[in-house]
Amino acid sequence: MTDRLDPTRPVSHEAMQATREIKDVQDKLAFGDNPLAHLEWDGIRELDYPPPRWWVITFIGTVLFAVLWSILYPSWPTPFGVWRGILGYDQRVVVAEDIARAEAARAPLVQAIGTAELTGIQNDLGLMNFAIRGGQVAFNNNCAQCHALGGAGQGFFPTLADDDWLWGGTPEDIEFTIRHGIRSGTDETRDNIMPNFGADGILTREQISDVTDHVLAISGGEHDAAAALRGESLFAENCAVCHGEGGEGLPELGGPRLNDAIWLYGGDRSHIFSQIHRPAHGVMPAFEGRLDDATIKMLVVYVHALGGGQ
Amino acid sequence: MSIQSITNRREAAERLDLADPAAQRVLPRRKRAEPTIGVGRVYPRAVRGRFRTIKWTALCVFLAIYYLLPWVRWDRGPEAPDQAVLFDFLRQRIFLFGIEIWPQEIYYATGLLILAALALFLATSLFGRVWCGYACPQTVWTDLFMWVERLIEGDRRDRMKLDAQPNGPAKLLKKTGKHAVWLLIAMLTGGAFVMYFNDAPTVVRQLPTLEAGPVTYFFFGLFTLTTYLLAGWARETVCTNMCPWPRIQGGLLDQDSLAVTYRDWRGEPRGPHKRGESWAGRGDCIDCHQCFMVCPTGVDIRKGLQLDCIGCGLCIDACNEVMDKVDRPRFLISWDSARNQALQVQGQAASWRLLRPRTAVYGALFLAVALFMTGTFALRSNAGVDVLRDAAPLFVQLSDGSIRNGYSLKIRNTAHETSRFEVSVADLPARYRLIGDREDRALAPVVSADPGSVTSVHLFVILPRSVMTGPSMNVGFVLRNVETGEVILAESIFRGPSS
Repeated sequence: MTDRLDPTRPVSHEAMQATREIKDVQDKLAFGDNPLAHLEWDGIRELDYPPPRWWVITFIGTVLFAVLWSILYPSWPTPFGVWRGILGYDQRVVVAEDIARAEAARAPLVQAIGTAELTGIQNDLGLMNFAIRGGQVAFNNNCAQCHALGGAGQGFFPTLADDDWLWGGTPEDIEFTIRHGIRSGTDETRDNIMPNFGADGILTREQISDVTDHVLAISGGEHDAAAALRGESLFAENCAVCHGEGGEGLPELGGPRLNDAIWLYGGDRSHIFSQIHRPAHGVMPAFEGRLDDATIKMLVVYVHALGGGQ
Repeated sequence: MSIQSITNRREAAERLDLADPAAQRVLPRRKRAEPTIGVGRVYPRAVRGRFRTIKWTALCVFLAIYYLLPWVRWDRGPEAPDQAVLFDFLRQRIFLFGIEIWPQEIYYATGLLILAALALFLATSLFGRVWCGYACPQTVWTDLFMWVERLIEGDRRDRMKLDAQPNGPAKLLKKTGKHAVWLLIAMLTGGAFVMYFNDAPTVVRQLPTLEAGPVTYFFFGLFTLTTYLLAGWARETVCTNMCPWPRIQGGLLDQDSLAVTYRDWRGEPRGPHKRGESWAGRGDCIDCHQCFMVCPTGVDIRKGLQLDCIGCGLCIDACNEVMDKVDRPRFLISWDSARNQALQVQGQAASWRLLRPRTAVYGALFLAVALFMTGTFALRSNAGVDVLRDAAPLFVQLSDGSIRNGYSLKIRNTAHETSRFEVSVADLPARYRLIGDREDRALAPVVSADPGSVTSVHLFVILPRSVMTGPSMNVGFVLRNVETGEVILAESIFRGPSS
C-alpha cells in the first residue's frame, strides 16, 4: 500500500493517459462546452472555477466597507459641494483641537514666562529649558531668515552667537533690540547713523585711507605704520565719539567695536575704506506688537544662550 | 497541488475503469481537499515509569518558573521597579535580578541568546532531543493539556470511543469542560506573559477591570490564543510540520549522540507471544504496540530514528512495563547511540564517548562566550557619554580671534544616585561655557548627571586659533567622575574657518 503511494515511483504511459482522460471528463462535467475551459498555455490551463468563497466574502466586505465609509466620512464631490459625511468628521477640526490641546498644555509655562523677570527665567532650570525650546522655534520662524540658524549670521546680518554685540549682549539689551528693532521707524527704535565721510566730503580720500590704516592697526591687521599714525588723530576727532578712543566700541550708542576680529561689513582694507566713505546701515524690524511678551522673552533667553550672552 | 493529491489521482487513474459509471462519482471534485495536517489523530495512552517521572518533574519546575517568576520581588530602591524579572519597555530597561540592561547594552541579551543556542547544541549532541522531549514549551504545555484531557475524557480508549460517538449531552459536557479548562490555562499563560512586561500585581488588577493598555491586551490575547491552539489543537503537528528545529538537529547528531532507540537486534523477529511459549529463535518484541500508543507524536519507534520522534522516552517506560510482565530484560527500547548499537550487535560492551570533537567545540564555544560576557559585564561602566556636535552654526569666531564650537553631551548614568562629572577637552588650552554662563570659564566645568537617566548638557568649547591644525581637527572629551575618579572618554571634531 505504501508502495503504491510513493510519489517517486515511475508512472506508466497508460496511467498518465488515464490521468489526462480523467481530467477531461472532470472538465466536461464541470463546464460543459465552455470554450474557456480548454485554453492552454505552456501546459497551464485556464479554467473558470468560481473564486473561493472566502475571497468573494472578503471582496463584498471591502465594497460594503467603502460604501459605509463614504456615507460616514467626507468623500464624494457633488455639484453642491463636497459630501461632508454624517459623522461630521473634519481633519481641520482635529488639527485645531490638537493645537488647542498643546496650547493648553503649555499655557502654565508660557504664562509663568510672561510674568517672570528675565533673570528669574534664567535661574529656573525648568523655565529656562522651556524658554530655550520655545525661543528656538520663534527664532527659526522670525529671525533665522536673516540671522541664520543658530544665530550664525550671514552676509551683512550680524552673528548672534559670538561675543561681539553692536547694541549690548545683556538680556535687557537683547530684549530692547528685539522689541524696538534697529532703525525700524518706531518711536523707541535703536538708531544711529554714521556720516558719509567720503561721499559727503567730510574727509578726503587720503584722510580716509589713513583712518583705514589706523583701524587696521588697532584690530591687528596689516597696515602702513606711518599712515596709521596720521590716521590716529583723525580717528580721535571723527570716530572716537561712537567707536571709543581705542576702537573698543560703545554699545549704548550702537557704536561697533573695531579692535577685534569680527567685522560685519568686511575686515580687509577695501571694505573698511568703503564703510568709512559711504557706510552701510542695517535695519531690524521691531517685534513688539508682532510677538507676544512671552515669545519675546523666550527669544531673549534663546539668543542669550547661543553662546555670547553677557 | 499537494503530493498527496497527485498520488491519489495517479492511484485513481491506475485503479479506475473510466467506462464504469461508479468511477465518475469521485471525479468532479469542486470542493477543496481536506487539509492534510494532522492526518490521523493521535490518542496517547497514559504511562508510568522513570522517564514519565522526569517529564512530570520538568513540567512542574518549568511551569512553576514561568508562572511564579514575575511575582518574585527584588529591592532596587525607590526610583526603580521592585520586580525581579521585568522587561520594562516604558523605562527602556531590562531588569534581571541585580542586573539592569539599557537599550544600548542589548548585546548582553544577544549574548544570552547565543549562550542558550550553544547550550542547546551541546545538549543535543550529547543527549539527543532532550530539549524537544522535556523542555520545549510546546512539549510542556501539550503535556499539561493532555493531562487535562485525560482527566476529563479518560484515557486513550475512552477518548477514541468518545470521538466516535454521535454528539450528545454527555459528549458535549465533556468537550465543553475540556475546552473551558484549556482556555483557562491558556489565559493564565497569556496573563503570566504580560506580567514579564508590566508590574505583576498591577497588571493582575488592571486586566479584569479593563484598565490595562491595548498592547497588554493584545499580547494577553495573542498568548492565550496561541497556547490554546498550539497545545490544544495543533500539538504534535507543531513539531512535525511547523518547527524548524528537528530539521536543524539532524546536523548536530552523530554516531555517539543519544537517541531513543529500538534495539532491533534484540527485538526481532517480533511477534505475539503466549505465556509459557519458548523465547528461543525469536526476538523480545511481542508486537503489543504499547510503544506506539503512548507516543505523543504517534511514532512507531521500531521503524528507527525519525523526524517525528521528539525523544521524550515515554515508549521506553511503556516497553519496560511490558518486558516486566513477560519477564524479559528491560530497555528493549532505550536511550542509546548508533555506535553502541553496532557494538552490541557484535556482542561487545557498550562504551560512551561524551568527549568528542563536536562536543568539545560546542563546550569550548560556550565557555568562551560565557567568559567573555562575564568579563565585559564585570567591567562595564555605570556611565557613558555621546558627544553630538552642533551643526548650526558650524563654528563661531570670537572677538579675540579664538574659535568656539558647541556640543551636546548626552551623559548616561545607570547608577541609582546622581554622579558629578568634570568635563574637559584633552591636551588643549580650552575655555568652556555652559548655557546660562555670562562669561567663559578657564576651568573645566562640573556637571551633574541625574540617576538612572540620560542627562543632556550643552557645552561650548573655545580654542585659540593658534592651536588649530586645520579647518577640522579631532578633539577628545574627558569626563572625570568627581567622586570616584572614573574617567570616560569620547571623541568628536572641532571645526574652524578654512583659511
